[in-house]
Amino acid sequence: MTVMKTASKARRRAITMGVLFLLFALAILILFTPGVEQGQKTTFAFSEARSESFVIGNLVFATRFGLYLMAALCAFAGAWQLAKGFEHVNVVLGIVAGFFVVAFLTWAARGQSMNLTGMARSSLLRAIPITLAALSGVMCERSGVINIGIEGMMLMGAFLSAVTGSLGRSVWAGLFGAMLGGALMAGLLAILAIRYKVDQVIAGTAINILATGLTSYLSSRYLQSGSLNSPPTFRPVPVPLLSRIPIIGPAVFNHTVPVYLTMILVVLIQVMLYYTRWGLRTRAVGEHPQAADTLGVNVFKIRYINVLLGGVVAGLGGAYLVLSSVARFDELMTAGKGFIGLAAMIFGKWNPVGALGSSLIFGFADSLQTRLAILAVPIPSQFLLMAPYLVTMVVLAGVVGQSRAPAADGVPYEKE
Amino acid sequence: MGNQEVEDPRTGNAQEHQGETGGAPEDRPSQAGRRGRFRGLVLPAMAIITALIIGALFIAITDESVYEAFRDGIGQGIVRAFLVIGRAYGAFYVGAFGNPVQIVRAIFSGSSTQILRAIYPITETLRIATPYIFAGLAVAFGFQGGLFNIGAEGQYFVAGLTSVFVGYSLRGVPQIIHLPLALLAGMVGGALWAAIPGYLKGKTGAHEVINTIMMNYIAFRLAEFMLDVGGPMARGDGRPVSPDIQPSAYLPQFFPNRIDLRVNLGIVLALAVAWLVWWLLYKTTLGYEIRTVGLNPRAARYAGMNVPRTILVTMAISGALAGLSAATDILGVLHFMPNAFYSGYGFDAIALALLGKSHPGGVVLASLLFGALRAGARNMQGIARVPIDITSVLQGLIIVFIAAPEIIRMIYRLRQPVKGETLTLTRGWG
Repeated sequence: MTVMKTASKARRRAITMGVLFLLFALAILILFTPGVEQGQKTTFAFSEARSESFVIGNLVFATRFGLYLMAALCAFAGAWQLAKGFEHVNVVLGIVAGFFVVAFLTWAARGQSMNLTGMARSSLLRAIPITLAALSGVMCERSGVINIGIEGMMLMGAFLSAVTGSLGRSVWAGLFGAMLGGALMAGLLAILAIRYKVDQVIAGTAINILATGLTSYLSSRYLQSGSLNSPPTFRPVPVPLLSRIPIIGPAVFNHTVPVYLTMILVVLIQVMLYYTRWGLRTRAVGEHPQAADTLGVNVFKIRYINVLLGGVVAGLGGAYLVLSSVARFDELMTAGKGFIGLAAMIFGKWNPVGALGSSLIFGFADSLQTRLAILAVPIPSQFLLMAPYLVTMVVLAGVVGQSRAPAADGVPYEKE
Repeated sequence: MGNQEVEDPRTGNAQEHQGETGGAPEDRPSQAGRRGRFRGLVLPAMAIITALIIGALFIAITDESVYEAFRDGIGQGIVRAFLVIGRAYGAFYVGAFGNPVQIVRAIFSGSSTQILRAIYPITETLRIATPYIFAGLAVAFGFQGGLFNIGAEGQYFVAGLTSVFVGYSLRGVPQIIHLPLALLAGMVGGALWAAIPGYLKGKTGAHEVINTIMMNYIAFRLAEFMLDVGGPMARGDGRPVSPDIQPSAYLPQFFPNRIDLRVNLGIVLALAVAWLVWWLLYKTTLGYEIRTVGLNPRAARYAGMNVPRTILVTMAISGALAGLSAATDILGVLHFMPNAFYSGYGFDAIALALLGKSHPGGVVLASLLFGALRAGARNMQGIARVPIDITSVLQGLIIVFIAAPEIIRMIYRLRQPVKGETLTLTRGWG
């Protein structure tokens, strides 16, 4: 009986997906093609400057042709799904969504030129603080502590990085201060959540409010003069050889140290989580602390370590905001990036690489909006800025299957 | 909070559960006895006092003149520190409750202008408390139903849009119709905005914390789009604000010939709605269902309740309450809606609901306190040059101490609580 029920549910989901793909195709035809004039061309540029050794030519094609191609691809995927069914339907969904985005860009850049390499570059840059926030969440929640306070940790990190960076006149001092600031707030979360077993969502909220108050108070007291609020900034360091690869080189391998650090952290945490003793213990504590405790794992210790490390990572996210370009701390400068990181973490299924992927989607939407403003596309920028949040909600609602939190996430551990 | 005494006989069954969520020991008069009635107030009071003490230390250690005085000697330093704290909290008190000497003098003089001038700070406290009560009730209502509505901020924006639209677009309608319509529009706007995450939670299990945060950003962008210069609801004179609402949609002020005394009918409405929420939660079947789902959705389902529907209704009511905070702010004080204004109510409301232990009466008291905090902090910034952000520090500390009463008990060596007095409010991502 239940087997039949799940089978019919899966069947219904498969059909929904097929119809969804067809709808994507239809949307391309209805929304984009009517606005295209006869003979209009779209140009996708790939080289930003002539810095690469191999200069790749621009891709020029008829806008209509591009749109029809994308619609056909979507329609084909839909038909195949309805007739035979894909095995990894979620992957196909991602690809079809990608086709739709390409069609959108083709339409937006009709009669003009759009630099895709520059676009990839700015998407990555905007994704960095979100990725760090999401990684902070992954660190904490994999061990069973919900971290709503990422925003506050980032804010404190940003604040202290501006102060220590200005005092030490060095970006490294700034980076250290940020890690300290994040860890301070995380320490508070750890004590409240682990020692006092406070409701973790509440504890995180308290940290956000406290960090907002402390940083705003101290900055209006001490950072107005400027001598404490003028840290140096990181300069881009091209990676030898790799930065000369066309397209990928300028987009990925010509950045500042914190950007590389983030990418390394993603890989590092992913590997550590799944292939080291610490990772196994962390996951055990997050899923079933009683069992882990029986086997001799110190649940409290693992949780303290992970929450503190999570704070350090969140602090780095704050430092990135200060030390990469603006070179000053502003009140409330995190502007919700901690919360978006939280969404990216759930979207990425509590997995570092997944977190990076979903952060890139947020970064892409963010940079798309500035590009489209340049191209004078008749869509209000506010609606494009809404897109990532809408996507998150749709994803959470289960189009991609439910994202499952670690089983003991948010449950204080009591030794028996 | 004394109200709870009354409800015991009728919903005795629910009260046992309530002891676990609300955590107020006065739910069990048999155990705690007469003294128990006030025990529920001890911890919040201690939390507030402790936060104020830490805030005082914070003000002293961030003051240059204290350090200079310490260079001259320890005694001078301590005196100076107390002077700084006294001046700051003195300005705070005067900003929140008025200068007592001035009030007494004004009353004896019998001049109404002087009395009004003297009580101005109190009226400001009440004015700021009004939207706080609604927002706090919104979050508290969600807590009662086991939902953490972080979206009061977004619901505030959307409700502001709907309410101001009815306020300025309807013309030539008598106040008796226009004002209720504008208030209703705010409620509907907030309710619809909150119902979406409620629906998603009930239907797919998508967590309301993330979804309400997402809805906050969407609402923020929506308001920006509507009110931006050239937007559908912009005034059209190059400023990113909505048109002024018609006077027929104004919430009447108590002192119509003194425009600066901005306290209005909203505060009365807020108290009435707080009572209504209490009645709904503790005296109706719907309230019983909401609290049961909040406590244990599995048990509620087993008892035959429609859990997804209850979640949807809880969120919608919560959103309507948040909507009223925007509506009273716009119809009572601002009379138009500015673009990109950050109310901060949504996040303060979480502190309010916690401080009030999710009970409507508690929320009202907490809101009055926060109203006083905000009004006082403004005066403190003006006179004692203490940045207004000290209120956020105090609020954060208050939440910490309320949520972790063990810290307070440790500091003041209070007795361990009666069994069951813990505060369980949210349930992780589940």
